[in-house]
Amino acid sequence: MASKLKVATCSLAGCFGCHMSLLDIDERLLDLLEVVEFDRSPINDLKRIEGMVDLGLIEGGLCNAENVHVLRHFREHCRILVSVGECAVTGGVPSMRNHYTLRECLDEAYIRGVGVENAQIPSDPELPLLLDKLRPLHEVVRIDYYLPGCPPSAEAFWHFLTELIAGRDPSLPLQLLRYD
Amino acid sequence: MDHTKTFFLDGQEIPFKEGQTVFDAAMAAGVYIPHLCHNPDYEPHSSCRLCTVIVNGRPFAACTQPAVAGQMIQNDTPELREMRRTLTQMLFVEGNHYCPTCEKSGHCKLQATAYDLGLQDNHFPQFFPKREVDASHPDFVLDRDRCILCGHCVRVSRDVDRKCVFAMTHRGIKTEIVVDSPTGLLKDSRLTMEDEAANVCPVGALMPKRKGFQVPIGERPYDKAPIRVDSVKNFRIREERRHG
Repeated sequence: MASKLKVATCSLAGCFGCHMSLLDIDERLLDLLEVVEFDRSPINDLKRIEGMVDLGLIEGGLCNAENVHVLRHFREHCRILVSVGECAVTGGVPSMRNHYTLRECLDEAYIRGVGVENAQIPSDPELPLLLDKLRPLHEVVRIDYYLPGCPPSAEAFWHFLTELIAGRDPSLPLQLLRYD
Repeated sequence: MDHTKTFFLDGQEIPFKEGQTVFDAAMAAGVYIPHLCHNPDYEPHSSCRLCTVIVNGRPFAACTQPAVAGQMIQNDTPELREMRRTLTQMLFVEGNHYCPTCEKSGHCKLQATAYDLGLQDNHFPQFFPKREVDASHPDFVLDRDRCILCGHCVRVSRDVDRKCVFAMTHRGIKTEIVVDSPTGLLKDSRLTMEDEAANVCPVGALMPKRKGFQVPIGERPYDKAPIRVDSVKNFRIREERRHG
C-alpha cells in the first residue's frame, strides 16, 4: 500500500468554521484517514510541520505578524497549499476593519468599548503585532488552489479532497460553489 | 417564401428580426450570454463588456451589436470565458463584496455570474476602497461597497421614473454613485418605494430596508436555478408578455 498523504491545517484570522465544516464530513473522516494522516493541525495540536507535507489547508486571512510567519512556514513545507474559506480567499468579514485605521479599531475595542474598565491598549511583547490592513493569503505567498465558501460545505471539502487525492482537477462544480 | 434572417452563434443558427441585437436574438433562441450592466427591460448600456462576443473576428458588446445575416459569432469559447472571468474578478476586488454578510446573496447577479464562470478566487490584490454607506432613507439603504457601477439606477430613475435621483460622478477608479438632493443624502431625495429605480439594482447596493431576509438563504432565485437558466427563462417570459 502506498504511504499516506500528509495533510497540515491551520486557522489564521478565521473563526474555525472551516475546520468545523471539514469535520462535518462525519463518518467519511474514517475513509479519509485511510488515505491521509494529519501533520500540524489544531486537530492534533502539533505546532510545527517537520519535513515536507503533501497538502496544506489554511483557513483565515492575515491580521498579524504571526499569521504571516505561519503562512510562510506552510508555504515552505507544503507541496500543495490551499486557501480555504472566504477569509483566506478574499479577507472576508475580518477585512471589514480595513475601512478604518488600526488606531480607530483598537480605540473602539479597548478604550471606548462598552463595559471596558482600566482602558488600555494591550502591549505585551508576547502579542503578535497587528498588520495595518488585513490581507488575503494569495497577496503574500503563492496559492495553488482556492476553496471558497463561508464555510465551504462538507460536500465541497469532500469533493475537493477526494478529487485532488485521486489526481484530478478539484474545481468545485456549480452546485457546490458558494461564497456565503 | 420565408426570408427569416439568421446568424451563427458558436455554430448554431440563430434567427433574428431586423433591428434586433445579437444579445436579444441569442437569448430568445435560448442561448445565454453573460451580462451585468444590461437588463433586457431597458435600453442597453454596453459598459460592463461581459457580453463581449467575437463577430467576424472582432470583439463587440452583444447587448448593443445589431444582428446581421450570415455573421459568424463566437460566445462560449475558452478565451471569452477567461476574459469574462477576469472582468468579474476585477469587479470583485475594486469594491467590498462580503457575500457571507450580504442580504442579496443568492439573488445577486454579480455573485451568480461568478458562480456561472466558476470563479474560485479573485486573483488580483483586493483594493478595499473606502466608500460611504447611506442609510438615511427610512425605506432604503445605499451601500456603495457593493456597487458595480452598472448604471441601472441612474438610467431607470432618469428614463422611467423621470426623477434623476442618481448620477455617477468622478472618473475611473474614483467613479461613484451620487444622489440628487440638497444634502446628498437619500432621505432628502425624491426616491420612493414606487419608483422602478428603487428595485432595479442587480447587486446589493440599493436595497429596501426590513426585507433583506424575507426569502431565506437557500430558497432564493439563484439557489433554485443558475443564472444562465434563470436569465433565459425570464427573457422568454418577458418576450411573450410583450409580443403576446
